[in-house]
Amino acid sequence: MKGTTSHIIKTTNLSIGYQSKKNTTYVAKDINLTLDKGVLVCILGKNGIGKSTLLRTLTNVQPKLSGEIILNGKPLETISNAELAKKMSLVLTERIPESNLTVYELIALGRQPYTNWIGALTKEDLNFIEVAIQQTNIKDIVYKKHYELSDGQLQKVMIARALVQNTEIITLDEPTAHLDLHNKIEIFQLLKKLSQDLHKTILISTHEIHLALQLADELWLMNDNDILTGKTEELIANESVAKLFSSDLVTFDLKSKQFIINSD
Amino acid sequence: MNNNTSYSLKFILLGVLLLLCILINLSLGSVDIPFKSIVQTLTGNISDKENWHYIILQYRLPKAITAILVGSGLSISGLLMQTLFRNPLAGPFVLGISSGASLGVATLVLGVSAFSGSLVGFAFSNIGLALAASIGAFFVLSAVMLVAKRVKNTMSILIIGLMFGSFTAAIISVLAYFSSADQLQQYVFWTFGSLGNLGWNEIAILSILYIISVSLLFTIIKPLNSLLLGENYAISLGVNLRKTRNITLLVTGLLTGVITAFSGPIAFIGLAVPHLTKLLIKTSNHKIVVPAVAIIGAIVMLVSDTIAQLPNSEYTLPINAVTSLFGAPIIIWLLVRKRKII
Repeated sequence: MKGTTSHIIKTTNLSIGYQSKKNTTYVAKDINLTLDKGVLVCILGKNGIGKSTLLRTLTNVQPKLSGEIILNGKPLETISNAELAKKMSLVLTERIPESNLTVYELIALGRQPYTNWIGALTKEDLNFIEVAIQQTNIKDIVYKKHYELSDGQLQKVMIARALVQNTEIITLDEPTAHLDLHNKIEIFQLLKKLSQDLHKTILISTHEIHLALQLADELWLMNDNDILTGKTEELIANESVAKLFSSDLVTFDLKSKQFIINSD
Repeated sequence: MNNNTSYSLKFILLGVLLLLCILINLSLGSVDIPFKSIVQTLTGNISDKENWHYIILQYRLPKAITAILVGSGLSISGLLMQTLFRNPLAGPFVLGISSGASLGVATLVLGVSAFSGSLVGFAFSNIGLALAASIGAFFVLSAVMLVAKRVKNTMSILIIGLMFGSFTAAIISVLAYFSSADQLQQYVFWTFGSLGNLGWNEIAILSILYIISVSLLFTIIKPLNSLLLGENYAISLGVNLRKTRNITLLVTGLLTGVITAFSGPIAFIGLAVPHLTKLLIKTSNHKIVVPAVAIIGAIVMLVSDTIAQLPNSEYTLPINAVTSLFGAPIIIWLLVRKRKII
């Protein structure tokens, strides 16, 4: 059913973790997974299981330990930074350093892979920025300084910046951490819309299980030993989701797609 | 966008202010020369007195040009370091880079007695001084960079810079202990800082290196802007981080080293001027900030020099004292202020 061409990312026996001079710490081994075009994928798993590490490795922020990552048919390590910048954009958890950047300037920086040596914006660039501002609905705040924004607004701005980069893949590391419920839903709906309308491939690591179960096309469930991947409904049906956080404290309710606190 | 007009207005104002400062700087000094004669001399006419002509063309004009190069060069250095370290307190003096340049000069001037005679001539040539100061500046800058990679905390990097400063000061003291009174005097005078020691030949050397550094700087304006988002975002935007870092190091090391060699270690300009600039021109875009910092740096240096001359008196204050009086309060204000802008 699936042709190999539809895979944007494919990993073979990938091991991720941290390497220092003295020792190697494996976070996960033998990861074999594929990411298809135009889908919204959520990575779920406990704290410290390696969601961020996986995301950082797939986006070349951090080197892999062994195995292979193929992006569009090419090994990731053979792709230059400049080339990768046109294929993959990131929204990271780290705070951006303080500066006088306005929201507009910040978003415009997303056009850097396409601008000339001094970074001058062409008409096409301005158009991309305008469209992204509309898509993320942040027209009111474009002339504010980035430090004046709330966490929710800033997250939308960072998504707009990623959109402007015009890449097939957008990866987001816990985009809704520190946000209130309203903002969480808004961000997830925005991402869903982007994957549906613009056929962006969106990869999110998150702790928002109930939102992920409702909106994600596919899930990557990270356990201690392996990573289960598949369509969201299938993983719910075969109880993989229920097992992911299985403990005495909660049970998974199939009907409401939620974990419910056990009452004795 | 629509900010462009307000930027050009500000640049015109700054340009006029710079011109004004140059004229004031030229007309004030220990000898009272009427403003009319200054203009006459500058426009190529013979002024009333020949010695006035000489004072203006051989002393005051070179000094004003040195002030412009030194002020703008150090300020650009400071700006680059603040972006690279993502640290509002970075600057050539605070991070110990000026101390590194001093160490280079001290090693040459004070330590030269240990070497053979042929080196002595080289040591006191200006090229020798510039080379030694640049090597010293690069040395300390690389060391600070290595440490800053492990330590992200703003205050720690500041303290590490101060430690490097003390460390080089200690080495210089040891060198001073073993050197002759003549050499020591020469070194001490150098540390006071002076803009007036440069002839037209030295200014030519300084200008050439200044132009080389600034041309290099223009090639990294774009990556410097993406570094405003932090290193990981910059890489994700296709920035070659190592190349950008190396060019930044080269430019700051070259500018700080050469300027320090010719004019002595001048404190606080590199740290204070970028902040002053960002108060006046509220953007972080390097395309606008770099020229603004250069102009404001030149203005501040010209004003400091004018004050240092104590117009109409025979005395001249060390330029370093004046810039410290102006710069130190700015650092204190920065530390007291809550939000820190790079």
